[in-house]
Amino acid sequence: MIRATLQALTSHWWRNPLQLFTLLAGLALATALWSGVQAINAEASASYDAAAATLGEGQFDQLTARDGGTIPQSTYVALRRAGWLVSPVIEGRLNGVRIVGLDPLTAPGGLGPVTVSDGVEIDTFLSGSGQVFGRAEVLNRLPDIDAERITAPDVAPGTVLTDIGLAQTLLETDGLTRMIVATEQPLGRPALQDIAPNLVRQVAQDGSDIGRLTDSFHLNLTAFGLLSFAVGIFIVNGAIGLAFEQRRPVVRTLRALGVPLRTLMALMAAELALMALVAGTIGVALGYVIASVLLPDVAATLQGLYGQTVAGTLQLRPVWWLSGLGIALGGTALAATAAFWRLAQMPLLAGGSRRALSMAAGRGARVQGGLAAVLLVLAAVLAFTADGLITGFALLGALLIGAALALPLILDRVLALAQSLSSGVRTQWFWADTRQQLPGLSLALAALLLAMAANVGVSTMVSSFRLTFVGFLDQRLASELYVTAEDAAQAQALTTYAAPRTDAILPIQSAMATVRDLPTEVFGARIGPTYTDNWTFLSAGPDPWQQVSDGTGILINEQLARRTGLAMNDMVPVGDSSFAVAGIYGDYGNPIGQAILSETVFAALYPDVIALRFGLRLPPDEVSDFRAALTRNVGIPDGAMINQAGIKQFSLDVFNRTFTVTTALNVLTLAVAGFAILMSLLTLAALRVPQLAPAWAMGMTRRSLGAIELIRAVMLAVFTAAVALPLGLALAWALLAVVNVAAFGWKLPMFLFPADYLRLGVFALGAAGLAALWPAWRLARTPPAALLQVFSNER
Amino acid sequence: MLLTISDLRKSYVTADARITVLDGVDLKMGAGETLALTGESGSGKSTLLHLVGGLDQADSGHIMLDGTDLTQLDDRARAGLRRGTVGVVFQQFNLIPSLRVVDNINFQARLAGRHDAAWCADLADRMGLTPQLNKYPEQLSGGQQQRVAIARTLAPRPRLVLADEPTGNLDEDTAATVLSLMLDLVRDTGAGLLMVTHSQILAAQMQRRVHLRKGRIA
Repeated sequence: MIRATLQALTSHWWRNPLQLFTLLAGLALATALWSGVQAINAEASASYDAAAATLGEGQFDQLTARDGGTIPQSTYVALRRAGWLVSPVIEGRLNGVRIVGLDPLTAPGGLGPVTVSDGVEIDTFLSGSGQVFGRAEVLNRLPDIDAERITAPDVAPGTVLTDIGLAQTLLETDGLTRMIVATEQPLGRPALQDIAPNLVRQVAQDGSDIGRLTDSFHLNLTAFGLLSFAVGIFIVNGAIGLAFEQRRPVVRTLRALGVPLRTLMALMAAELALMALVAGTIGVALGYVIASVLLPDVAATLQGLYGQTVAGTLQLRPVWWLSGLGIALGGTALAATAAFWRLAQMPLLAGGSRRALSMAAGRGARVQGGLAAVLLVLAAVLAFTADGLITGFALLGALLIGAALALPLILDRVLALAQSLSSGVRTQWFWADTRQQLPGLSLALAALLLAMAANVGVSTMVSSFRLTFVGFLDQRLASELYVTAEDAAQAQALTTYAAPRTDAILPIQSAMATVRDLPTEVFGARIGPTYTDNWTFLSAGPDPWQQVSDGTGILINEQLARRTGLAMNDMVPVGDSSFAVAGIYGDYGNPIGQAILSETVFAALYPDVIALRFGLRLPPDEVSDFRAALTRNVGIPDGAMINQAGIKQFSLDVFNRTFTVTTALNVLTLAVAGFAILMSLLTLAALRVPQLAPAWAMGMTRRSLGAIELIRAVMLAVFTAAVALPLGLALAWALLAVVNVAAFGWKLPMFLFPADYLRLGVFALGAAGLAALWPAWRLARTPPAALLQVFSNER
Repeated sequence: MLLTISDLRKSYVTADARITVLDGVDLKMGAGETLALTGESGSGKSTLLHLVGGLDQADSGHIMLDGTDLTQLDDRARAGLRRGTVGVVFQQFNLIPSLRVVDNINFQARLAGRHDAAWCADLADRMGLTPQLNKYPEQLSGGQQQRVAIARTLAPRPRLVLADEPTGNLDEDTAATVLSLMLDLVRDTGAGLLMVTHSQILAAQMQRRVHLRKGRIA
């Protein structure tokens, strides 16, 4: 019985390969988009984890020099003798490779892949020519050294690990970069201030968690992946729903011939699960291709934006291909639930007529409308009350699902209105016929809605981010040349040389402080036109720089304001003094608090801090010559000077790469939605013949019927686009103003890009038109015999 | 006795009222007997056929088929009964469109676990379907499709064949041919035949005729 039943069930697919293709392709595409994005995220996260494990960042407190320079080895010895359990780290670059020197004997357990318990030959590691660990491609970039090169895939990308002594030799330095503080410390040890007053302790969560910097990017990618998957699920749902509807007569026959309902459902579920596995495997493979193509851009983007190195090549990580298969199976189960429910409820003697076109009718439509209303009201409430990531995502979910559910009802009302306003018989028939076709197309249109909304939302977010960030760079990188001196003496020489030859010298100096328990980086600014002319504020008094200059005011970044609840004119204690908040400025991408005082006040508060970095103002056309002069006369290496134009260009390049990624995902999502429309129209084509035959019999040509089908698809896409635009903007707003604030503590201003939306609308209409072209062409070429068959069947 | 129906009742609830379709039907039928069930539209003919075929459940009464009371069986057991003991020929043919003719003919016998290739080939031959075996149902005429349906029903050699207006979709000549073939084959297999029909001509070809009126045997 089972074999015969399986043969009957599977034969349906062989006789209807288009339906099989729709189902497999829809599921594969949905899985591909999801797993592609997940692959990128998984790869990047793995790189962060490796980096964090290697460098000890984020896990342990760290000691760094207060002036940002190196730490003498004697300070380390003094701390160890005083009982402090610290481990030295030295970092530097050699041939573009990040060299990290560790002391495996004092490093806290679990720090990096190189631990004694891993079977590393500790004697070799510590003595003789030593060992260096890293990825093969990184080891190859090292110059000729005596140390043994050992391939270690777990080491962070672009990094090699070695013993601290060897690192000092390779980097030609004696000092330490930082020290890692073990979690457990002996009681009664002297205070840090007493032994090493020139060191500052950064607590584990102190902005050293590099993952937080890139979470915004990943959050957006994950949101995009979910949206893409939702689009795919709509396709799968449509394909499964229609396949079940078309197999209803067969199901009835099988049951009438003696196949028990449970057996039938179990076999159909197994059949679907098999298809989900096949499609999921194809989807994961496609996702791998997508991720492989996009990952170099993503890696470059993250490295450029946040200085975080991500491997530019993809590894087959079980976490994402398993999640890809899981999501394919889960998505199929989700999409098939309603179809199975209807099947289980179907009486044996129910009519075998196709009900695909009545899915949104009657009670179902009322329930759908009610659910849509509830979700949209929930979204509206959450828009004003959401203050965390979970509620932020709940807002996104309620908004998108509510809109997708409401779309067929909105379109039905619009079409009914058009029908009532039309007077010609043909136009009345057109509107009525479109309404009749709407239920069968609603899933594909919902997919198009989500795809377009995702496009609008993500494009708006990325473009707003770009615009804000470029403006932010203009503000922050106002100086034409940035120079870093090696030490105080060179800094002095630099200022002496540059003073008469430049318009202004702006020292960049900072110190760590704690404001209302939040770690805060305090800067001392030499206030002048560079600041007063270029800086913009989220909120500020009448003359914020004057207040700072007077020594009564302080400027704080948005993160500090939001996290500590500081508002304008509130008093901010720094050291022994207090200052009134004179202005709050945007500080995008910075995970920690920041505050700005005048140079004079800063010097009084932090007399030991010596500025080593400077921004120099001079005419842009003199930058190259002056740069050469600085090298020649002050001895500053060229690598220690950065041209402002170069930084801006680099930043723009980074954004362009970001755009490459988002544009690629946008195009893919839109293509998936176009595919959904194509498949729905093709699947519905057989059902359309009986509906169109009477119109043909009454005098409409097959050619005009085909043209009407095409116009109908484009017109429905136009209506859908009209709903998608506000939905996409709402999505962008939710991402920028709710999710981003909840996740990162800063709000991005939202800008509108009408030209982009217009272009997207044209693309979407093009996709819908292209999708409708083939079905319309097929319809226009329907043989008269097939149309006549409709009437003979009726007879 | 192959079939004994006693005091069988069935009603349906609509939005407005409760409609009694069968109101205490009593009927007996011997093995190998052919019986025509006639009556006006709405008299309950098809409902009775569906109950005997285990396609629907009675409100009360009993249907003893080959020693088994159908009214006491659950869905799974009734499905088992339909696989082997009873064969149903529908007015709409209800072939499986994605299977070839040969697979459709073999289908129910395979479901019942009683597939006999020689017998199925013989059925196809006697139905004049041998040249059509590799075609799909949509490529056949209505008469040919109904012949496939009859061959499929007889392939597992059921004890009782139920036919609901089996020639209702066919023209008179084709209907006569199809019925003649069905009667021959039913006779050869020793099965009983209970056929619902409006046609007095077709009913006259049966051994016995029962008229149903307002849910009762007239």
